[in-house]
Amino acid sequence: MTTKELTIRAEHIRESVIEMLLEAGSGHSAGPLGMADIFAVLYFDVLNIKPENPKWAERDRLVLSNGHICPVLYAAMAHRGFFEKEQLMTLRKLHSHLQGHPHNLELAGIENSSGPLGQGLSQAIGMALTAKMDNKKWHTFAMLSDGEHDEGQTWEAIMFAGSRALSNLTVVVDRNNIQIDGTTDHVMNLEPFIMKYMAFNWNVIEIDGNNIEEIVSAFKSAKAIINKPTVIIAKTIPGKGVKFIENDYEWHGKVPNEEQAQKALREIRTMSGKIKSLHE
Amino acid sequence: MKHLVTLAKGPFENQECREGFGDGLVDAARENNDVVALTADLKESTKVAEFADTFPDRFIEVGVAEQNLAGIAAGMALSGKVPFMTSFAVFSPGRNWDQIRVSICYSKANVKIIGCHAGLSVGPDGATHQALEDIGSLRSLPNLTIIVPCDYDQTRKATVAIAKHNGPVYMRFGRGKTPNITNSRSDFEIGKAIRLTSGEDVTIIANGPMVAKALEVAKKLEGSYDISVINMHTVKPIDKKAILEAAKDTGAIITVEDHQRIGGLGSAVAEVLSENSPTPLIRLGVNDSFGESGEPEELYDKYGLSEEAIIQAVKDISKIKG
Repeated sequence: MTTKELTIRAEHIRESVIEMLLEAGSGHSAGPLGMADIFAVLYFDVLNIKPENPKWAERDRLVLSNGHICPVLYAAMAHRGFFEKEQLMTLRKLHSHLQGHPHNLELAGIENSSGPLGQGLSQAIGMALTAKMDNKKWHTFAMLSDGEHDEGQTWEAIMFAGSRALSNLTVVVDRNNIQIDGTTDHVMNLEPFIMKYMAFNWNVIEIDGNNIEEIVSAFKSAKAIINKPTVIIAKTIPGKGVKFIENDYEWHGKVPNEEQAQKALREIRTMSGKIKSLHE
Repeated sequence: MKHLVTLAKGPFENQECREGFGDGLVDAARENNDVVALTADLKESTKVAEFADTFPDRFIEVGVAEQNLAGIAAGMALSGKVPFMTSFAVFSPGRNWDQIRVSICYSKANVKIIGCHAGLSVGPDGATHQALEDIGSLRSLPNLTIIVPCDYDQTRKATVAIAKHNGPVYMRFGRGKTPNITNSRSDFEIGKAIRLTSGEDVTIIANGPMVAKALEVAKKLEGSYDISVINMHTVKPIDKKAILEAAKDTGAIITVEDHQRIGGLGSAVAEVLSENSPTPLIRLGVNDSFGESGEPEELYDKYGLSEEAIIQAVKDISKIKG
């Protein structure tokens, strides 16, 4: 898929995220919007998956560790054809398959259950180990937030994957610098973040997580590394695509009202083709 | 007292449950290539060493990291493996309850959590290493089966059985040797209690190392009290039918476990009785306190789990029953 096409997919995902959150009335806005470009690239370019056969044994595995950004996962899956887009409007409602935090048994194509932070990477490692054990070619991707690096389990897992040289594992860290109580610098300073991963024997790639070309290229080079796991530290703008949400940690855990949602959708649509980079 | 199952003639040979686990794991692994084992720096103590030597490609050492242990096991289960994750019960589930709740139970990941060195049976290591709360902390988790085998053969059989069972299981056993009261021909079925002796006066429902003690008490009291002994190796799902039959048959029940009185076997039995057939009940277990260093038998004596304590409970409940 071309950069232009992927950019359009990301916009569709953003629109769905806003519509879902407005309908749901609760949830998280900043993370899903910031990660829309990466999910568009994963679901439309990188992942070897069959939406019509979601349990296909040879599929790539995607583990979402920071489950609270699941609107972007659900939207990407729906747009990729895992289920009808109408279902997106059931997010967080009774009897919905789209739980407030993802549940593997609710929707085929969701690999794990998550919400409590720090649990995803270990599970992704378990999947990557299984692939190695059985000489399978599928690749495991784990999506982590920067804030969940406060959890000890995340570092237990980082140490394990590094020491086992799990090259069939790629982690994406949403480095958006916000968490519930404020910026990550303020709540719990993670720096020197890259150095930490390097010290744990990981291959580190740092990118602009809202730049489609950089995202595509990072996944390609991650797959080419054969002696280490790779972490893509994706510097994203939380709330990307909607100016009044961007970079405001107060939007981590709240949703737009009707007026704000309409404004957001207008913005996403009028910016069509122009939402891309952040640090230029 | 009538023996309902063929029991080896005493004095019983003593063996470790964990040896039974180690041997059962190898049995299960020979039957099913998907069986894998993971440990958190306790390969020898949790008896996965033989598995590791026999199937080195199916063994994973995660280091002293019990949360990661549970997560990796979950991930392997979610991709088709049957992982056995081993540690001491104080560490797992002691340090990874949330991982067990979300990554394993909520996802119905087919993980077998093996908690070794449970209860006062740990002895001299002291309170920090005596898991007396593990069952209580796990029993409220949906989708989880909980097994407490009593001796070598039962542990070996339970290991093979849980490998075949599709769903999360927690199995815990103590450190020390327990009398071999079952043998390789004894029945074992998850969720099905085993009535070892039949009597009319009092039923003792026990599991783990307390089963042998209950049998010994039944023997000692022969002539004065007619005691029924039930080996309740599965705490969840609890065998309601066996409990209610016992209530009907004897009208007085004592539970005995190497665990806190709160939350374990005694609580599970109390729940069944109080909702279905209120019956005089005495729950023996550690009474809301931590343990301490000492030899296991000294600790059982001090914390109310000796044969004498069980005998006293038989006398007390007989008075209540009238």
